[in-house]
Amino acid sequence: MALRFPFRAGKRGYPSVAELGSSELKNPERQVFLFRRRVVVAGLLVLAAFGALLARFVYLQIVQHHHYQTMAESNRIYVVPIVPNRGVITDRNGVVLAQSYSAYTLELQPTRIRNLDETIDALATIVDVQPRDRKRFRKLLEESRNFESLPLRTRLTDEEVARFAVNRYRFPGVEIKARLFRQYPFGEVASHVVGYIGRINDRDLARIAGWEESANYKGSDYIGKVGVELSYERELHGTTGVEEVEVDAAGRAVRTLSRTPPVAGNDLKLSLDIRLQEIAEAAFGARRGALVAIEPATGDVLAFVSRPGFDPNLFVDGIDAVNWELLNESPDKPLLNRPLRGAYPPGSTIKPFLALGALTSGKRSATQTIFDPGFFQIPGSAHRFRDDKKGGHGTVDMHKSIVASCDTYYYMLANETDIDDTQRFMTQFSFGRKTGIDIEGELTGVLPSRDWKRQRFAGKNYRDEHRKWYLGDSVSAGIGQGYNAFTPIQLASAMATLANDGVAFRPHLVKYIRDLRTGTVRQLEPEPTHTVPLRAEHLAVIKTALVGVAKEGTSAAAFRNSAYVSGGKTGTAQVFSLKGAEYRASQIDERLRDHAWYIAYAPADKPTIALAVLVENGGFGAQAAAPIARQVFDYYLTGEKKAGPAPAAPAPPPEAEDESD
Amino acid sequence: MTAFLARLWEALTRRIDTFLLTVAMAIVGVGLITLYSATDQSFARIDNQLVSLGVALVLMWLIANVPPQTIARVALPLYVLGVVLLVGVALFGVTVNGSKRWLNLGIARIQPSELMKIALPLMLAWYFQKFEGRLGWKDFLLAAVLIVVPVYLIKRQPDLGTSLLIGASGFYVLYLAGLSWKVIVGLAALAGAAAPMVWPLLRTYQQERILTFLDPTRDPLGTGYHSTQASIAIGSGGVTGKGWLNGTQTHLAFLPERHTDFIFAVFGEEFGLVGNVTLLVLYLLLVGRGLVITANASTLFARLIAGAITLMLFTYAFVNMGMVSGVLPVVGVPLPMMSYGGTALVSLFVGLGILMSVQAHRKLVTS
Repeated sequence: MALRFPFRAGKRGYPSVAELGSSELKNPERQVFLFRRRVVVAGLLVLAAFGALLARFVYLQIVQHHHYQTMAESNRIYVVPIVPNRGVITDRNGVVLAQSYSAYTLELQPTRIRNLDETIDALATIVDVQPRDRKRFRKLLEESRNFESLPLRTRLTDEEVARFAVNRYRFPGVEIKARLFRQYPFGEVASHVVGYIGRINDRDLARIAGWEESANYKGSDYIGKVGVELSYERELHGTTGVEEVEVDAAGRAVRTLSRTPPVAGNDLKLSLDIRLQEIAEAAFGARRGALVAIEPATGDVLAFVSRPGFDPNLFVDGIDAVNWELLNESPDKPLLNRPLRGAYPPGSTIKPFLALGALTSGKRSATQTIFDPGFFQIPGSAHRFRDDKKGGHGTVDMHKSIVASCDTYYYMLANETDIDDTQRFMTQFSFGRKTGIDIEGELTGVLPSRDWKRQRFAGKNYRDEHRKWYLGDSVSAGIGQGYNAFTPIQLASAMATLANDGVAFRPHLVKYIRDLRTGTVRQLEPEPTHTVPLRAEHLAVIKTALVGVAKEGTSAAAFRNSAYVSGGKTGTAQVFSLKGAEYRASQIDERLRDHAWYIAYAPADKPTIALAVLVENGGFGAQAAAPIARQVFDYYLTGEKKAGPAPAAPAPPPEAEDESD
Repeated sequence: MTAFLARLWEALTRRIDTFLLTVAMAIVGVGLITLYSATDQSFARIDNQLVSLGVALVLMWLIANVPPQTIARVALPLYVLGVVLLVGVALFGVTVNGSKRWLNLGIARIQPSELMKIALPLMLAWYFQKFEGRLGWKDFLLAAVLIVVPVYLIKRQPDLGTSLLIGASGFYVLYLAGLSWKVIVGLAALAGAAAPMVWPLLRTYQQERILTFLDPTRDPLGTGYHSTQASIAIGSGGVTGKGWLNGTQTHLAFLPERHTDFIFAVFGEEFGLVGNVTLLVLYLLLVGRGLVITANASTLFARLIAGAITLMLFTYAFVNMGMVSGVLPVVGVPLPMMSYGGTALVSLFVGLGILMSVQAHRKLVTS
């Protein structure tokens, strides 16, 4: 029967539409046969399709298994950095100057929030959100890197935390987080030393990358920006810990898989004495200026004042625009680190060093005298370099030249000394070069020489006569004016080196570093940088003269009845050239008044403190700066505490009325 | 007493195809085990699914006892009702998620496209049987119209996936009824040539789905998310799987739709390649048995409807597993007898009932 159905028919397949209706189709058995063949074809297709699926499963689950395994793991395991506690900064007696504490912040993840403004408005009904918080948030948003969460409010009260917790479901993408905050209990006091931390920006990121510490800063939001916080960043930061958590698809932590605890940053103990610092800052009152006090035998910085200061606490969360403008645009420049970055003409404070140079080179002996008619003329020139004392000091030896601060003596000395020799000697006292103090941003200042002038005026706008060194340049420089410009830290360091008989130490602020993990304390050894080759008898001449200044000279009024013997030198730095006109402080705008200097050390026989004080536009050094030094010495040497601004010293005695300082 | 029970048992199981039922119940069992894991060990959905299974088994039994010729009688009214409802959807439908798929009847919302899944093959099988012996090209042309009308109505809802599947069910009937290979090849060529022209007519989200299928990494958090996470789940399962209740993709909620359309990814993650092969074999047994029943069916109607149901069963399983394992674009197709959902389970068992009816009544008609 099967023969009745030619197998050939299979080749043609099922009857086409055109063939349908033919008699063949009506044969039920052939119909069944052809139908079954179609079922078999369908079955083969099913097998092929399932075979393809099987191949896919083998590919996914055997060939690519490792790849997908890794992807599944990275899906579920989230590595959370644990920010280490930043090291504490204390003064030399252990008084805390900077510390961290934990507080709650309200943070928003902008990528997860559809309408930021609406969300913030709604949040404002639950927690206190001030316009400045909004402004700061906007600023952070502009600066933010990718998907981080940004704080809207910091330091939430317990009540606010509770209120938000109840309403939390209304705010996807908003979270309360416990964060570490930096606090500076002394506020403005020592603000330029301690500095502050702030949010990490692109420049900081580049710096971190340069240290190859990028991994360690995962999760860190803050970094030292100024002062010790900046220069000892790598000691203070600590090592970031890691927590591996299993998260679900919504990013919620399900459980902790492993945890490597963070290692807290090292604590720093400064050489600074915060009580002394407070006395020194208070002594300035409302005046602007700087003070640096150094222990000569070690280079320990005991006090480091820059007035006015600022409150570093303002910077921690990102300073708001109003406060920033106040600080940044104030004519008093509270953000300027004056001891480090203020370069001022040294005035007469430079004289003892020049005298020591003259003794060392043999240009002058201690007893050699000159006659001071009240002015000096370079031979062949009509210009008179005036002495501030009308009529002059008469016969002057080296001792008197320092005690009475005789300008003519130094005009003459400068006239006879090659400027490059002066420069070589003075460099040894760190004039015109960085002292190497352990905070960043120090200026070099200017100790002029022929080379310096050539380079200073190398520009196309200058001609050769501008570049040439003139004798007149030497004479002006001879009394600390002219091109001279030094920072207070340089003068303090020079005074300390002199007080220490020429043995120079690098000034430093950090004395001990304590490793919390091992409990070990590392001392930063005092670092003698070099010794100025000096002869004892020469030093004695100068030191005796400096003691004379405080005893019977220009600063005698400020140091009357002191319980110790100190040595010092006043200085007045011209801000404004009067072009020969007579200087009358009361008639000049306050900002154009001279800067007042005082450098000193005590006790005279075995100095434990050396300092430099600068009062901007303070007028005579004797009147404005020396009393501040007196208060600092009194407290440091005798424990006597005079709170408040130092009174101006009485006007100089009548015979010294017209003295330069 | 025992005799009575034996007779009752015989009466109950007379029309039931034990092989088909055993394989189906095995798949349902695997589905329930997987569902328990996918719903984080909650019994709520299991209970619902068991209730649906009860209804499904009763319906299957009832239909298995109805001769195919009786079933054939509802074909025309069912089809007409389906088309009317689809037109109703187009006119008064409820819009959910941007597409009009539902009709609100006051008491309940119904999705007429679900009805069409069974109504269209029934209609076509009935039509071919009615004019058996004198089928001409005009009949195939009319059949094409019968297919195109519901397919078009569903496509414009829009529900591209369902319209394609319903079109496929109609095509299976035409194929089994003897549509010329030339026409099939011609249609395939035409479809291939028309694809670039159809592209601009697709909705953006439809284009997006297809593009994402071609390259899931182009939008890993959006359209490609489902596909990527499912591949990760299956691939990370490896040969033996992570073990029941231990799938991290499942339990940490990385897998979307894990108790419905993507339940296969849960299964693949926890039971590995071994599980997948087992499941493939079960589906193959089910489809194979269906094809045997189809081949043995005695009337044209029975052959066509049994073949269409069997091939649809295969199509759903293949499209779902292909979509979950990333070889087909993501379309909303549940995995037969595994995915959670009462309606789908009941329809599938109705289909099994029809197959059993065909099998049970094959000799009655011929004799």
